[in-house]
Amino acid sequence: MTPSLITFYALAGLLVISSLLVVFQRNVVHSAMALVAALCLIAIFFLTLHAPMVGVLQVLIYAGAIMVLFLFVIMFLNPAALEQRRVTWWSLGTIAALLLAGAFVAVMNGSEPTPDPIASTELFGSPEMLAKSLFTDFVLPFEIASVLLLVAIVGAVVLAKREH
Amino acid sequence: MVPLNYYLILSALVFAIGVIGVLIRRNLIVILMSIELMLNAVNLTFIAFSRYLGSISGQVIVFFVMAVAAAEAVIGLAIIISVFRHRQTLDPQELHLLKW
Repeated sequence: MTPSLITFYALAGLLVISSLLVVFQRNVVHSAMALVAALCLIAIFFLTLHAPMVGVLQVLIYAGAIMVLFLFVIMFLNPAALEQRRVTWWSLGTIAALLLAGAFVAVMNGSEPTPDPIASTELFGSPEMLAKSLFTDFVLPFEIASVLLLVAIVGAVVLAKREH
Repeated sequence: MVPLNYYLILSALVFAIGVIGVLIRRNLIVILMSIELMLNAVNLTFIAFSRYLGSISGQVIVFFVMAVAAAEAVIGLAIIISVFRHRQTLDPQELHLLKW
């Protein structure tokens, strides 16, 4: 057990627990808080995988902007009633998802031994390297993403506007 | 160093937990949050492969996934607000106007 493996197990356990809390908490605000914890844990995984820029963006955009939007809508709608647990439905859904997880794990564990990580330079995952790739190889998807965000803004305003 | 398989299995587990949320919950907001969880599980896979294959493309794709996820969350929440305004409910089982 190397220290990195121990860290991985601790973080992975916390991530699975907070993901389960997102799904199984009956209070919506508690679910949202658990989701913030899960997103921050995933950001820590990004940092350990030499992706500091993406990790910071994960905290800023996901745990910051998107989750504030979720909490705002939760408070706006105030869904006070806790939903009922329906045992047959819950167990059916859980069994289906466990089968899916079993299939995933079987596929991913059965493949050939994974390669060692390529020795990364100091630059790997830095904003410079990301920006260079983003503005040369991925410039068309980048422009399409900007149009997509514009459409999302206009669509959200149109959908949420009160009708007269 | 942690093997690549461990990251893949972890994100498979988180993805499956998100699938559970979409299947069993009866609250539109929680279903949307479970979808965000599934997107993040896939992002973790992208970043792990980017690290182990030494390619920056995986990290760039995660950018685009984040942009699409932000757009999806905004539109989804606007639809939820508009549905709640008309039907006074967040339960997808109650929305059966188009159901045969």
